Amino acid sequence: MSTTAKIIKYELSDVIRGKWILVYALFFLVVTDALFRFGGGSARALLSLSNVVLLIIPLVSIVFGTMYLYNAREFTELLLTQPVDRKSLFRGLYAGLAVPLAAGFVAGVGVPFALHGVEAASHYVTLATLGFSGVLLTCVFVALAFLIAVRFEDKVRGLAVVILLWLFFSVIYDGLVLLIVNAFADYPLEQPMIALMLLNPIDLARVLLLLTFDASALMGYTGAVFEKFFGSLLGMGLSTAALGLWLAVPLLLGMRRFRKKDF
Amino acid sequence: MIEIAGIEKRFGRLRVLKGIDLRVERGKVTAVVGPNASGKTTLIKAILGLTRPDAGRVVFDGERLNGAWQYRARIGYMPQQARFPENLTAREVLAMLKDLRGNPAGVDEDLLAAFELEHELDKPLRTLSGGTRQKISAVVAFLFRPDVLILDEPTAGLDPVASSLLKDKILRERDAGRTFILTSHIMSEIEELSDDLAFLLDGRVRFAGAVSTLKMDTGQARLERAVAQMMRAVTDDEPRVAA
Repeated sequence: MSTTAKIIKYELSDVIRGKWILVYALFFLVVTDALFRFGGGSARALLSLSNVVLLIIPLVSIVFGTMYLYNAREFTELLLTQPVDRKSLFRGLYAGLAVPLAAGFVAGVGVPFALHGVEAASHYVTLATLGFSGVLLTCVFVALAFLIAVRFEDKVRGLAVVILLWLFFSVIYDGLVLLIVNAFADYPLEQPMIALMLLNPIDLARVLLLLTFDASALMGYTGAVFEKFFGSLLGMGLSTAALGLWLAVPLLLGMRRFRKKDF
Repeated sequence: MIEIAGIEKRFGRLRVLKGIDLRVERGKVTAVVGPNASGKTTLIKAILGLTRPDAGRVVFDGERLNGAWQYRARIGYMPQQARFPENLTAREVLAMLKDLRGNPAGVDEDLLAAFELEHELDKPLRTLSGGTRQKISAVVAFLFRPDVLILDEPTAGLDPVASSLLKDKILRERDAGRTFILTSHIMSEIEELSDDLAFLLDGRVRFAGAVSTLKMDTGQARLERAVAQMMRAVTDDEPRVAA
């Protein structure tokens, strides 16, 4: 077994022992089940769930991600006195959190769907997209969390930055976009809007999700523009690729910093 | 065994190491002494690769270290303050470290028995006293029979019994050919254990050589006196910086 795999193994047992991952999975289980029971069929459940996913996954991933890396400081220092290279350690720490978080989400959403079933076969595609975007968002925001936790020595400051970043992406950004649309209403805004959307991972995931719902009217301004501009398939490919960049760039920057860091 | 040349390290505006040269001879105990904040721990961390020096080089057994990590298989480290994953038990930490190295045969658990740690092994590390953690940290350092042991104030926080057990262990392993770097503020302890001594002050090496040479040079029979005399001499040389 490689060093990275061993580190993932230790971290997984630590995360499972921590029990909060169970609470996280249970949260999705209860919410999904409630949406089925009170919201009517799977179509409505999926739509409501998308909003929950877009809000909760980035928040939990980025907050837990930073906390976890700060709390793993002793573990990190201990392993760095052993014949372990920093690359393997960083990869192990990352996967050791991203994997259980993603699994908790998939299990929490998956079980109620398995129990209740879906109304139409096309909903399976939507469900798969929901799962895919949720997992991708988890990976992106854990990567951002790691970048910030490696960058800021001070726990309190790191957490503050993380919360601000989440607020920015999930709330403030939309407001800014609307402000720009309002201010430049007389100009053609399609292309700038698409550029703006690529700069927000949550927006990207939203577009990815809503393109499968075939409900561009619900997508807000950027989403509607996006579908008109690219069509569903190309749009999905593009937003997935952009999310991939949102994963790779923070992860590589975080890794670079981790390798040079003084412990 | 270890050659350090021109190591510099700054943390922000603070220059902690200002060009350190030091040779650590194979099979000997080299003590690094100096007042608080003189750079001892930073120097040790540079050897371990925990901090990256801004300039200079560390050569470990002929290999220049520059982001290398395999050599740490040959080093046992006991930090000044034992820091372990808080939720794990000592048994789990030991199992993890062994697993990490592919469960090698013939690990050295002498100290585990000597310190009578058996009852403490299954308690979470966060519940253990500082001294007990320090003992576990010593067990970890010796566990894989490393060629080099780096002990940062090893006896601080240990009771006299544990402290003398550890010192016996150090001398035994030195006689078996292992190399030691240790820091301490207790001069009698250094006198008892060390062959060589490096005196650090303000990020520079002010003396490096055999303990016996230092005593001879200063004309003092006791190391404590010799070091004190050297410290005074060095600080008198130093041009005073107006506050």
